[in-house]
Amino acid sequence: MKVLEGLYYTKDHEWVKVEGNEGYIGLTDYAQDQLGDIVYVELPEVDDEFEKEEVFSAVESVKAASDVFMPVDGKILEVNEALLDEPGLLNEDPYENWIVKIEITDKSQLDELMTSEEYEKYLEEEV
Amino acid sequence: MRKYDKLIFELSKPGRKAYRLPKLDVEEVKLDELIPSEYINEEELELPEVSEVDIIRHYTNLANKNYGVDTGFYPLGSCTMKYNPKINEDMAGLDGFRNIHPLQPEDTVQGALRLMYELDQALCEISGMDKMTLQPAAGAHGELTGLALIKAYHEHRGDTKRTKIIVPDSAHGTNPASAKVAGFDIIEIKSTEEGLVDIESLKAALSDEIAGLMLTNPNTLGLFEREIVEIAELVHDAGGLLYYDGANANAILGKVRPGDMGFDVVHFNLHKTFSTPHGGGGPGAGPVGVKKILLDYLPTPTVEKDGDRYYLNYDIPHSVGRMKDFYGHFSILVRAYTYILTMGKDGLNRVSDIAVLNANYLASKLKEHYNLAEDTIYKHEFVMAGLKGDLSEVTTLDVAKRLLDYGYHPPTIYFPLIVQEALMTEPTESESKETLDEFADILIKIAEEAKNKPELLKDAPRNTSLRRLDEAKAARNPILKYEG
Amino acid sequence: MYPYIPNTPEDEKQMLEAIGVDSIDELFKDIPESVRLNRELNLHPSMSELEVSRYLTKLSQMNKSVNQLTCFLGAGAYDHYIPAVVGHITSISEFYTSYTPYQAEISQGTLQYIFEYQTLICNLTGMDVSNASLYDGGTAIAEAAYMAANVTRRNQIIISKTVNPQYRQILHTYAHLQGLEIIEIDEEGGVTNLEELKKQISDKTAAVIVQNPNFFGIIEDLKATEEIVHSQKKTLFIASMNPISLGILKKPADLGVDIVVGEGQPLGVPLQFGGPYLGFIATKKQFMRKLPGRIVGQTEDLDGKRGFVLTLQAREQHIRREKATSNICSNQGINTLAAVVYLVTLGKKGLREVATQAAQKAHYAFKQITKSGKFKPLFDKPFFMEFAVTSHVSPEEINNKLLGENILGGYDLGKDYPQYKNGILYAVTEKRTKEEIDKLSSVLEGII
Repeated sequence: MKVLEGLYYTKDHEWVKVEGNEGYIGLTDYAQDQLGDIVYVELPEVDDEFEKEEVFSAVESVKAASDVFMPVDGKILEVNEALLDEPGLLNEDPYENWIVKIEITDKSQLDELMTSEEYEKYLEEEV
Repeated sequence: MRKYDKLIFELSKPGRKAYRLPKLDVEEVKLDELIPSEYINEEELELPEVSEVDIIRHYTNLANKNYGVDTGFYPLGSCTMKYNPKINEDMAGLDGFRNIHPLQPEDTVQGALRLMYELDQALCEISGMDKMTLQPAAGAHGELTGLALIKAYHEHRGDTKRTKIIVPDSAHGTNPASAKVAGFDIIEIKSTEEGLVDIESLKAALSDEIAGLMLTNPNTLGLFEREIVEIAELVHDAGGLLYYDGANANAILGKVRPGDMGFDVVHFNLHKTFSTPHGGGGPGAGPVGVKKILLDYLPTPTVEKDGDRYYLNYDIPHSVGRMKDFYGHFSILVRAYTYILTMGKDGLNRVSDIAVLNANYLASKLKEHYNLAEDTIYKHEFVMAGLKGDLSEVTTLDVAKRLLDYGYHPPTIYFPLIVQEALMTEPTESESKETLDEFADILIKIAEEAKNKPELLKDAPRNTSLRRLDEAKAARNPILKYEG
Repeated sequence: MYPYIPNTPEDEKQMLEAIGVDSIDELFKDIPESVRLNRELNLHPSMSELEVSRYLTKLSQMNKSVNQLTCFLGAGAYDHYIPAVVGHITSISEFYTSYTPYQAEISQGTLQYIFEYQTLICNLTGMDVSNASLYDGGTAIAEAAYMAANVTRRNQIIISKTVNPQYRQILHTYAHLQGLEIIEIDEEGGVTNLEELKKQISDKTAAVIVQNPNFFGIIEDLKATEEIVHSQKKTLFIASMNPISLGILKKPADLGVDIVVGEGQPLGVPLQFGGPYLGFIATKKQFMRKLPGRIVGQTEDLDGKRGFVLTLQAREQHIRREKATSNICSNQGINTLAAVVYLVTLGKKGLREVATQAAQKAHYAFKQITKSGKFKPLFDKPFFMEFAVTSHVSPEEINNKLLGENILGGYDLGKDYPQYKNGILYAVTEKRTKEEIDKLSSVLEGII
């Protein structure tokens, strides 16, 4: 499974890419592989605010469905509307195709997430 | 056979008709004098125009693309696809049952009420409960009704902390879904290695916030929960109630009763245990039985008897209210009661004998070739964890699709969730030894094919009207109606 | 031996040997002794087909059917004409002895008629999406309310008191479980009091539910209602419709309804003492993924041939478990097929003809019954095929006398609406003849 360096990871298999006070959130390669062919992505609305670990999106495949959780507190700045028409993008390149862009409320929460090395180790232990 | 692939809309031709009504025999008034024109739809209806011949041929051709219990073996686990006796249909079709209005005066429907009353009593005897409500429309609806009763019980006692329902991880998906719709939070507990309720996990989950436990016994792995007495005691001691999911009741008729096991509320699936047809997805019926402590909460109305007279009782002090229109799926109740009368006390006992015998026999024939726990006694069904040996690219889905080529309906696949590559198999008592032998031979042949010619499985089915269908395409770009 | 259990004692012996146990009892030894029944069930012994049939025929004859009585009773279940083809097609055993079409390749028959059903419901209502059906008209309202609460993330539902009282009872039962707040809007002169609706609706309201034609048979002003409902951003407009009325009345989609539900019994399903019937639900595309229950979609097989599958399954309980849009897992299967066959048999012209004849006959009956002034109209509003009248005699007495003439009288409105004590609701379908209606009105005349 591909794990990209420089991103933050959660135990629920979300990643965060940080740019200043903003962040992109997506699903990891492992998550998309587990789900199989993704057929639908439910997106939040811009300006919605979520707390860490709150559900902000849901991803559906033919035989499974999974909630997507906020890695950190934040406000939605942008949603990736391309996923509405082409949910399979998450299968094709889960790191290129982010789900939402957020404004990170409290950057110190990033410290509670895993680094790529930690996440790789976590995957090894979990699988 | 000739291939047929039309939709009814594609047969439509202006001017064709499949009906005739008598001429209007009252004085005709212009429609807009009866109903203000702003309410009237001036456009033509978007319905097809076909002849009666078109209709009969079209749906007969569609039926030929279907597989039913009358077609052949249908070992769909947890669905109890037993034979649907034809006398049941005839009885439901009697004029005095089929053509009575639900709001007729009670004096004109005494036979219907009596049938419901007698069915209530028979189901109470079979389940060991004190009273049934026949209202629930299906198993899931029975669950919702039962959970409503549990909620009402705690609320009436002022015990409002009890907001959680415990569900084992082997449970049907409906259990947690029903608990959620009933406004409960769900605590899922893990099963033991063997697939039974883990007593320690149960103990850890119990508290004064627990409203109850939902349990299927025998469970979805076809195993009897041997610790049921202790389980019931633990839940009751913690102040919770026990809900019995009757999906698997075909294994226990005349053997053991949920009421005697300590359950407080029970639902039966009449379309499983009591032979009413599955109808391509419904309608079924899910009557719910309760112990005395829950009598005051039953939905209204119940059917009661006063001397020789049967009546609908709306006077239930703390009733949860009403779960559905009228009194339930009456014509399904007629079929189930026909079956109970036909089988009687001796026949129902025999049903479970043979349902369990058939499951164990089939399991014993397959255990060399498919992964399943040996030396275990199953009840009415068993779960295989895919093919034996290292065949990682051949999946349970492939096995199921290959079974279609051989003319069988496959077992339930990928359920229960706690078994990898699950094939959940329930033969029922309707099947002969010959049918089971043939089916086992085919499954063994498929296991051989998986080793030697896996492409036969990967490519299956080939002998059906269509090959594998693209489910991802259907979900990504939903086409949910005919657009012409 | 029993007719439905083929295995013989010899089979049994061989099978036990193969399993490696001595008796069937051994297969039950995992059931703890302390809970075993260890006695026979206290039921009748088994019976032959003739005996069963004799007994149940006797019970059925203790009922009076609508073939023996002339039915003017409606109030949610209607004595319509059912074309002969309907029963013949629903009796094809490949249809009624199959189950939910999990294995699409051998279930195209079921999947296709559900797809046809969804299309017919959409065409009739003008909505974008229909599911494969729900239990009945009453639970369909409860499911629609739950759906609206999920869509809007609000928990207040407003429902008009002109909605069928049973439906409202079901909604109250469900709502209590789900923590939804229900506000009932009074009726005035037989229709929803829109002034009161204006007062009650707020940004807390998830949905407003009305019925059309309403419980009194009156056609509600859906357009005016819709304007009030949608004055609140997000609030959904739910309407429960009689499908036969859609033969002549405007499509709910054209009146701004967001979720259409209804009782499908009039579409070819026999009265059968209240069930099973079927509930329909249809909505706009944007709420498609919030619909409860099964949905069938079109796709292709490996060779590119058109086929049908269960789709959008990630909404459902078998995948989502406690996060499902509903706990429902069945649809009304064979009754859905009945509705399809009914609708295509009547077709473009027939449904309009049924609706028109019912409306004509109902208005004729209304005129005849109210002519002499002994029975007064309860309301002065346009109606479809049901109407209410009142007199100084109790409905019970009237209905008893009608029954003496083999007429099944109307519904006693005082049971649910104390303000309309002595009010009776009559239903007149296309099936009733002038002769039957004249007899009803003359017997009624004679009572007072």
